[in-house]
Amino acid sequence: MKIKTFTIDGVELSGREDQTILEVAREHGIKIPTLCHLEGLTPIGSCRICIVEIDGKRFAPSCITKVEDGMKIVTNNSEITEYRKTILEMIFAERNHICSICIANGNCELQNLSIELGMDHFEIKNQYPRCEVDLSHEKYGIDHNRCVLCARCVRVCAKIEGAHTKDISGRGHNARIITDFARGWGEAETCTGCGKCVQVCPTGALFEKGKPVGARKKRDFLNYLKIMRGQ
Amino acid sequence: MKKITIDPVTRIEGHAKISIYLDDSGEVSDARFHVTQYRGFEKLCEGRPFTEMPRLMARTCGICPVSHLIAASKACDEIMGVKVPIAGVNIRKIINYAQILQSHALSFFYLSSPDLLLGMDAPIEERNIVGVLNRKKDFIENGIFLRKFGQMLIEKLGRKRIHPDYIVPGGVESPVEESIKDEINENARLCIDKALYTIDTFRSVLPAFEEEIRYFSHIPTYHMALSKDGKIEYYDGDIYIIDPEGRIELKFKPEEYNNYISERVEGFSYLKSPYLKIKGYPDGIYRVGPLSRLNIAESCGAEVADRELSIYREVAGRISNAAFLNHYARLVEIIFCAEKIIELLNDDATFVTHTKANAGVNFEEGVGVSEAPRGTLIHHYKVDRNGIVQWANLIIATGHNNLAMNKGILQAAKRFVKGDDIKEGFLNRIEAVIRCYDPCLSCSTHAVGKMPMMVEIVNNKGERLKEVRR
Repeated sequence: MKIKTFTIDGVELSGREDQTILEVAREHGIKIPTLCHLEGLTPIGSCRICIVEIDGKRFAPSCITKVEDGMKIVTNNSEITEYRKTILEMIFAERNHICSICIANGNCELQNLSIELGMDHFEIKNQYPRCEVDLSHEKYGIDHNRCVLCARCVRVCAKIEGAHTKDISGRGHNARIITDFARGWGEAETCTGCGKCVQVCPTGALFEKGKPVGARKKRDFLNYLKIMRGQ
Repeated sequence: MKKITIDPVTRIEGHAKISIYLDDSGEVSDARFHVTQYRGFEKLCEGRPFTEMPRLMARTCGICPVSHLIAASKACDEIMGVKVPIAGVNIRKIINYAQILQSHALSFFYLSSPDLLLGMDAPIEERNIVGVLNRKKDFIENGIFLRKFGQMLIEKLGRKRIHPDYIVPGGVESPVEESIKDEINENARLCIDKALYTIDTFRSVLPAFEEEIRYFSHIPTYHMALSKDGKIEYYDGDIYIIDPEGRIELKFKPEEYNNYISERVEGFSYLKSPYLKIKGYPDGIYRVGPLSRLNIAESCGAEVADRELSIYREVAGRISNAAFLNHYARLVEIIFCAEKIIELLNDDATFVTHTKANAGVNFEEGVGVSEAPRGTLIHHYKVDRNGIVQWANLIIATGHNNLAMNKGILQAAKRFVKGDDIKEGFLNRIEAVIRCYDPCLSCSTHAVGKMPMMVEIVNNKGERLKEVRR
C-alpha cells in the first residue's frame, strides 16, 4: 500500500492510496459537511455537499475522491460555501420539506446542514411536486416529499441486509425510491422488515409508524455492525 | 345607499373588514362582516398520513393549537378504534383547560379590556393594553399572570408552549412526572384569586355598558355546546342545541353532527356560515362559545365557579342572548378551568404511566369534537385503508358564530351609526361587537397573522364615502 502526501487547507498530510479525501480530513479533525455519506456504507458521491477544491482549478466530492501525491486541497472558502448552499437549495426546491410537521423535526441531517451552512432563504424557486406517501407496510412508511435521494436506504438494504428491496427508478426530478418492482412497500416480498433503511434515512422520508416527532434514529448502528463483522 | 367600511378590524385574531350600508336617508340598511383571509387546510391535508393530522391541524393557529390537537386526535382515535387510557385523557383535558384559560385571558385582558376599562370612546392612542397598564397596573398584571400560567402549563405537560406535538392519536406521548403537582396547584389557586378580583372589577364597570349589553349582538339565536350530566364539558359528552329561551331543541352524539349542521358559502366572506339543517338558512342561526356553554349547562361542576355562575346569572338570567356577556362568561370559565386543573392533578390516575393506546387503521372515518375557547370545534376525516387522508371537514368555533356576528353588527350599526358623519367611538363599538365573540379568523378560515380591520361606508351608488383603517 502506497502512502500519498498532499496538503489540506495548507497543512501537509499523508494518507494511504485507498483513502478518500474525506477519510483523511476526518482523521485529522478537519470538518467537511456531508449528506449522502454514512460511515459503514459504500460512498457514492450522490449529493455533492462534500465538494472540495483541488489544485485551485477543479471541484470534486471528497467522499469518493482518492488522495493523490501533490494534491493541494481546500475544504472551505467562500466559493465552496456558495456551491454547497446552492446544492442544498436545489435539494430543498426539488421536494416539499415542511419541518414544522415532519416526524424528523429536531433530528434531521438536512435541517442540521441548512443551519450549519447558514441557508436562511431560497433563491431557487420551489417546484412543489406532488409526491406520494406510501403507508402500505405494516411497520414503516415512506414520504417521498421528504426524500433527498441520498440512496442510503438502497445501499443499506442491498449491502448490509442483503435484500436489495429498495432501488431508484426514474431520472432527475422524477427519480423515486421504489420497493421491489415499484410495488407498494407492503407488497414487497423481498423486504425483511428489518428497518435498517428507516434508521439510516437522514430526513423524515422513512419513518416508523407510531413513533413520536423527533424520535432519534440510530444512524450510527452501522459502525457496530462493522466492528462485529471485523471489517 | 351609502356604505361605511371598517378595515381592518383591530384587536381580533386574523384579518377582517366590516361594511355598513346606508340608505338615502342615512339610516343603516345592511351590514356585513367580511373575513378576508383564505387558507385551505381541509385541502392541504389530503394525501397525508392520518397520524400527522394533530400536529398538522395544530398549525392552523398559534393561540388555540391545543384545541385542534385534541379534536384531531379524537378523530384519529376513532379511526384507530381505540379507547384512550385514563392518564392520556386526563393529561389531554388538563392541557385543554390550560389553553382555554390562557386564551380567555388573552381575549379579556389584552384585546377587550381597553374598551371595558377605558371606555368605548377613550382616545384611540390610549385605547390599548398599555393604556390600561398605565391606569390599572395590577389589573393587567393579573391578566399577564393568567396567560403565563396557562402557557407555562401547556409547556410543562406538552413540552412546547406553542404547537406542542405531545398529544397524539391514541393518547399522549409519555407520562407526566408527579413532581410538577405542587407548583401548578399553587399557581392554579392564585389564578382563581386573580380571576375573582377581575370579576369584581368587571362588575363595577358593568352598569356603564347597559347599552352595549342591549345592542351588541343581543339577538335570539340557538346555542350549541358539549355538555355532560348537565355540567360544562370541554372534552366528552353530547352536543346540545337549545333554543333562544333555553329549551333543548336537539341532543346528539358528536359523530352525528353532519345530520344536523350544514355549511353555506357566501360571496362576501372566506368564512363559511354553518346553520341548523332543521331550521334552514338563515333561520338556523346558532352560536357557540362561553355564553352558549353557560346557557346550556345547569352548573359548572366546580365549587368556586358554581358560586360565580349563580352571581353571573343574577346579571345574565338563566339564559342570555347578549353577546357582550361573553366577557363575563369567560371570567367564570377561567375559574372553572383552574379548579378543574387542580382536581385532575390530584387524581392519581393522571400519573399512571400507560398514556397511549396503539393501533393501526380500523375504521375509515373519524369525527373528533372538543370545546375550544371560542366554542365547539369539529374535525372530521376520511382515510383509505392505509390511513392516508382522502377528505377532511373542519367546522371551527368562529365559523359557527359567523351568522350571529353578521346579524350582530347590523344590530349595533343600526343603533350607533346614522349618516356618514360618525364618531370614531361608534365605529369602535361596531368592532367591539366582533370582539365579544373573540373570533379567531386564522382558525376559522383554516391564516396566520395579526388582526387588522377596516370599516367602510358606501352610498347607494356603491361609492365609498368613508373608510376607517388601522
